[in-house]
Amino acid sequence: MKVGIIRFPGSNCDRDVFHALELAGTEPEYIWWSKRDLSDFEAIVIPGGFSYGDYLRAGAIAAITPVINGITDCVKEGKPVLGICNGAQILAEVGLVPGVFTENQNAKFICEWTELKVETSRTPFTAMYKKNEIIKMPIAHAEGRYFTEDLKKLQDNDQIVLSFESENPNGSMQSISGVCDKEGLVCAVMPHPERASETILGSDDGLKFFKGIVKY
Amino acid sequence: MKYDAEVKISLKKGMLNPEAATIQRALALLDYQVENTATVDIIKFSIEGTDKGIVKEEVDEMCQRLLCNPVIHDYNITISPKEE
Repeated sequence: MKVGIIRFPGSNCDRDVFHALELAGTEPEYIWWSKRDLSDFEAIVIPGGFSYGDYLRAGAIAAITPVINGITDCVKEGKPVLGICNGAQILAEVGLVPGVFTENQNAKFICEWTELKVETSRTPFTAMYKKNEIIKMPIAHAEGRYFTEDLKKLQDNDQIVLSFESENPNGSMQSISGVCDKEGLVCAVMPHPERASETILGSDDGLKFFKGIVKY
Repeated sequence: MKYDAEVKISLKKGMLNPEAATIQRALALLDYQVENTATVDIIKFSIEGTDKGIVKEEVDEMCQRLLCNPVIHDYNITISPKEE
């Protein structure tokens, strides 16, 4: 199963995601931002990093590159798309998921392990978890505070994927740390499942995000 | 004809502004008591166009497509004939 990993200037979690996707049993391949046709791939992951130096807003410049048109086509074809950290910011900027991930409440870069609640198991990436399961994955971001104009719509449509469980480190609305589109195929999560994909890293709770792609 | 364009981007009313809050706390450290601190981003460029109104429409489109995030931002555009 071929899974594409999108690379922008400034992406820096691409190789970690590659490793996690291999562990999950997929055949990952890197895709440069200028590629428009992604029809060879069965799923797409946008990894974390600081695409285009976070200039303008985190994810804003990556959001207008040709590869995004390819991703939009994948979504139309029903292929799963996962955005992690900067990837999540990009998906929100494109508008493939609702809301925005903006500056943390305490104005600091936060890098720490967090306890998270899986709010829905209807997405391909969370299908192998139980609803309300508590998992451990790290966050590493300065702009991860989730905000949306219509929280109720998000709740009614079951579009909240992850939320912070014990504390809300970045001030996100309703402690939200991951959301999806209406269909549940496009997921944007601030925590890093690839950094929790082997026990040697401190947790392998995140591996099922990638295994779920194969199962789907 | 050339025009100077200036786009002022601010957070919508009621949006938390951590940068402004930090600046206000720092001013308080220097014993300046201020309220309602806000920060504004300004993007400036010059642009060729036949008419001020058409140029403004084009800059508005830039704001919608790239310069601002309509979920959290308000913006204000000023177009003036380029100063030589």
